[in-house]
Amino acid sequence: MKLTNRSAQVNRDPMTFGEKIYLPAIAKGLSITVGHIFKKKATVQYPEEKRPFSPVFRGLHILNRDEQGRERCTACGLCALACPAEAITMEAAERKPGEENLYREEKYAAKYEINMLRCIFCGLCEEACPKDAVYLSETIMPTHYSRSSFIYKKEDLLIAHPHKQESK
Amino acid sequence: MQLDIAFIIEKLLLISVILLGSLGIAMYATWAERKVAAVMQDRRGPNRAGFMGLFQPLADGLKLFFKEEIIPDRSTRFLFILGPALAMLTAVMTSAVVPWGPDIVTENGVITLQVADINIGILFIFGVVSLGVYGVMLGGWASNNKFSLLSSIRAASQAISYELAMGLSLVAMLMMTGSLSLREIVEQQHGFWDAGYFTWNFFKQPLGFFIFLVCAFAELNRAPFDLPECESELNMGYHQEYSSMKLGFYLFAEYINLFISSTVIATLFFGGYNFPFMDQVAASVSPVLFAIICVLTLLTKAICIILFFMFIRWTLPRFRYDQLMRLGWKSLIPLALVNMVITGAVILWVIK
Repeated sequence: MKLTNRSAQVNRDPMTFGEKIYLPAIAKGLSITVGHIFKKKATVQYPEEKRPFSPVFRGLHILNRDEQGRERCTACGLCALACPAEAITMEAAERKPGEENLYREEKYAAKYEINMLRCIFCGLCEEACPKDAVYLSETIMPTHYSRSSFIYKKEDLLIAHPHKQESK
Repeated sequence: MQLDIAFIIEKLLLISVILLGSLGIAMYATWAERKVAAVMQDRRGPNRAGFMGLFQPLADGLKLFFKEEIIPDRSTRFLFILGPALAMLTAVMTSAVVPWGPDIVTENGVITLQVADINIGILFIFGVVSLGVYGVMLGGWASNNKFSLLSSIRAASQAISYELAMGLSLVAMLMMTGSLSLREIVEQQHGFWDAGYFTWNFFKQPLGFFIFLVCAFAELNRAPFDLPECESELNMGYHQEYSSMKLGFYLFAEYINLFISSTVIATLFFGGYNFPFMDQVAASVSPVLFAIICVLTLLTKAICIILFFMFIRWTLPRFRYDQLMRLGWKSLIPLALVNMVITGAVILWVIK
């Protein structure tokens, strides 16, 4: 039975004199390898030259702010619930009077940690979030020397404050 | 006998220039090897250290020097250290008899661009190349490792088998030149065309050249005959127990050998420092400039042959050990003998 039409019969004829002295084969091989000198290189020179990401690429997480620079996250825990790798932990806290410029809702995340060693970058947290607070950016996960530095705190995840950035 | 101080200084200067030059060229041969390998496989090769990765050999050498030096506990310490030293020594010793350029005649005397013009130059090269086997054999045996020993035996038997065919192929050529001195052989190949035929020995002894070239591949442990040092398939080779710069010396000695043997091939078969229309050039420029042009010619030929060695390395797969032995003993040696007989007959009855 033939699975594909690509199979070829192996030639088992005794070698001719030209094949036995091996030199024509060497010349042929040399012509192939020397020809490759002029071919286009396959290398992408990484730091200088970057390949475009796919539009659905999921990289490092960010925690979003709203237009006034307030944190959007209300520590509802839906992202942690959705996370199949159980990488997200958080602690909720109640917003005090006078903190309205910091947090959007009455409840906010006092502690928000993502363990990047557990995270599988599936993006389910992004889908689960009802407040559009957590997003997966296009940044590739950087490497670290210690396990503890792979646990990203809220400060690492929050994006820069839009107004404070402008005043600088 | 009076000591000629000027003579000693001249020779010392020449020796140091040749030594440093061949070390430098061997260094950049490692770089060239990686570049050639890269472009043949559609890659780019080393290009981070300096412009086009030109500092890469320096970085590699530095790395090897700073690595930990390990001498196996049960090894024969003296011989273990002697191995790479001998390999390095024999590699650089061959350059002594190569004529790098014509004599420079000045008012104060004649400067020869050759360390020693001995009348048995080729025999000297053969002797030193055979000594190189000791480096391999001692290193493999002294490391007290069965795989190293097996590998060094393999390497030594390969070197000895191919030296035979190499010598026989040269005998035919020596019958035509009638001299063992490399300088005389080069001077016989003066220019490019003389008395209705090419002067270069390549055109007089094509078969001899071919056998010599194949044997040079085997002597240099280069692909397709590089089984003494295949890393993963045959357990690294005779330098398995070596680390740090001792390993570096073994590997580096091969590149020096590569350069020197390319020069020897250029000298024996491609006219050494001779080039077409050299008499016209010699008449129009100063003797020093002419000597520089000649040296550059020889180096260009040597570098072309090095590149050819590299192209072959990345083209052919490695020979199996029995194929290697069959090729050496059953093909090359009879072929060299036939070549010898034909050359003798031609000299006896055709040329006279």
